[in-house]
Amino acid sequence: MDGNFSRPLKTAAAVLAGATLAITCATAHAQDKPIRIGLVTFLSGPAAGPFGVPAKMAADAIVDSLNAGKAPAPYNIKGFGGTPLELTIVDEAGGATKQVTELLNLIERQNVDFVIGYISSGDCLAVAPVAEELKTLTILFDCGTPRVFEEASYKYVFRTRSHATMDAVAGAMYLLENRPAVKSYAGINQNYAWGQDSWADFTAVMATLKPEATITSSQMPKFGAGQYGPEISALLQTNSDVIHSSLWGGDLEAFMLQATPRGLFNRSQLVLVAGEPYLHRLAGNMPDGTVVGARGPNGVYAQKSALNDWLRQIYKERAEIYPNYPAYSVAMAFLGLKAAYEKARGAGGGAPATDDVIKAFEFLNFDSPAGKVMMKLGKGHQAVTGTAYGTTRTVNGQVTVGNIKYYALERVQPPEGVKSLDWIKSGMKPGNW
Amino acid sequence: MNQLHAVLIDGLIYSSWLFIIAVGLTLIYGVMKILNIAHGSLYALGAYSAASLAGYWINQGHAPMGSYAMMLVAAILVGLIAGPVIERGLLRFMYGKDEIVLVLVTYAVFLILEDFIKLTWGVDPYFLYQPYSLLGSFDVGNLTYPVYNLVLFGMAVLIGVTLVWVLTKTRRGKMLVAVIHDREMAAAMGINVSLVYFVTFTAGAMLGAVGGALTAPMISVQPGIGAETIVLAFAVVVIGGLGSLPGAALAAVLVGLVRSAAVHYRPELDLFAIYFVMAVVLIMRPKGLFSVQEARKI
Repeated sequence: MDGNFSRPLKTAAAVLAGATLAITCATAHAQDKPIRIGLVTFLSGPAAGPFGVPAKMAADAIVDSLNAGKAPAPYNIKGFGGTPLELTIVDEAGGATKQVTELLNLIERQNVDFVIGYISSGDCLAVAPVAEELKTLTILFDCGTPRVFEEASYKYVFRTRSHATMDAVAGAMYLLENRPAVKSYAGINQNYAWGQDSWADFTAVMATLKPEATITSSQMPKFGAGQYGPEISALLQTNSDVIHSSLWGGDLEAFMLQATPRGLFNRSQLVLVAGEPYLHRLAGNMPDGTVVGARGPNGVYAQKSALNDWLRQIYKERAEIYPNYPAYSVAMAFLGLKAAYEKARGAGGGAPATDDVIKAFEFLNFDSPAGKVMMKLGKGHQAVTGTAYGTTRTVNGQVTVGNIKYYALERVQPPEGVKSLDWIKSGMKPGNW
Repeated sequence: MNQLHAVLIDGLIYSSWLFIIAVGLTLIYGVMKILNIAHGSLYALGAYSAASLAGYWINQGHAPMGSYAMMLVAAILVGLIAGPVIERGLLRFMYGKDEIVLVLVTYAVFLILEDFIKLTWGVDPYFLYQPYSLLGSFDVGNLTYPVYNLVLFGMAVLIGVTLVWVLTKTRRGKMLVAVIHDREMAAAMGINVSLVYFVTFTAGAMLGAVGGALTAPMISVQPGIGAETIVLAFAVVVIGGLGSLPGAALAAVLVGLVRSAAVHYRPELDLFAIYFVMAVVLIMRPKGLFSVQEARKI
């Protein structure tokens, strides 16, 4: 009897122990299996130095810090909800068609859980519909074109930084606040989505705020032109009060190197809507009095906070310089995704489904090193922030920024459902946020 | 100042630069019938080497004027090292193969060199802006130009005239022309064709590197500059007629003037200027401005 009783008991105990062990192992395996994030950023080409590589270095530093649980609250849980993160990095160089292929590879072959990427507006416009089709949560971290969510609606695509309209709006506001007597202005912008949008927004804002100011010239060199002799002559001949430019990367640097010895900036004040990453790179060739934007209150405009101190410290340890705005952009993407993931996971829950993360992400407010980020546009998929502008001054051979002014988001962003150009042309009435 | 004058001056300066970056490509094609895609990387290597060597010279506190010599030394070194390595190490095994195969081989070399550049110099840009403004500037009407632009113009003329003189007035140049016309017949007459190829490729590589070295003070030297340049150089060479030095010179002037006019009068057409010239020329003369009538071998 004893023997008959103990055998099933032992068997049941063994089965129970085995099952417990299996569940424990499976849980441990699930806990150990990292969350794979595809990071797409420029590692080569003219955008690598000022944008792509700072973004990559920031991403590496952020992932290491998050995995170690060393980020400040509310981001001090290790990884995402305790699960470590693993990066798969892809070079963004090569054009939009290549990026579509790379995205397919990331999702279908590398099996990444999320994608964070894209600096080029052209790439963002190309990959967004593909990410949607592949049903993979994709965060556009740095591109600026407002067309992404103004001309389409996505479930799986988010952008955790403001679109570029505020760059032109705040740039023009700052210029007119500091130089109200502007009579004429010209522009030099790259001939693709970003350059065209930036110039269209800037001219529209100027036409609204200062209709008597005249446009003297609009130069649209191709991306990567490198030689700007004729453009500089054309701009010199206009004798404009102001030159607006959204040039970036090697194009901006070459333009500055060629225009400075020709005295262009002695005649015209320069407004660089995306000039912040070049402050230390162009020391000696960045004229005093240049109006510089950082695509938000990023980089030199970021105000002191625990999160800003954290980003500055972990980035400086890796790069030996302080982070520029692309580093802030990538930080917003990681912290936004972490906040959404942990909100969807809930207290003590397992890995959330993608749909739950999406629901948690929509209309989310989260803290970033550059301040509060609110997912208010694009049906909760497009972030909004305020922004800042300042003016350069060289001190002891270093370019510094002074006369900094901050702009609240309602002054510089169109509200939901209104296209940027329409909002600007209708007088830029502050939206109801 | 009359806008037309500005168009002419800007056009000629841009043409000079175009000729300098394209002349090595056309020389190599003219002699060896190789469309050397790696020319873009040789240009980039010249720019990087010049930025490094001349930058080091200036940072060490030497006389800044010496930076021009350092730029040229860097370009010559690149040509003397990269040219022989590519020609002896790879291309000589490919002679006689289809032109398309050689294009693919040089494209592979281009990709290898692009990664070599990234491994060696990283992805951060190098700046060598001092030589651009060191010589001062001059005014034409209300426009200011750096004297360096005159150096570019002078170098373009010097390179063009020297090459024409070498090809038409020297014994070795005439041997080279003989190889251009008929490799087999030249070899039968006792010309060391292999040596001619070696010297030509090295000279072409050096010219590519000189183009990069002369451009370095005007740009931020960074990965990718070779790819942008090879497209432009290729367009100039095609417009001029593959392998024709006078053709490359005329094409550079045409493209430079048309682009300059577009920028001054219709900036929105700038993007299309070079391809407009290319399209018009190729419609009128499908083999370029100075294409040579080819004898058909029976």
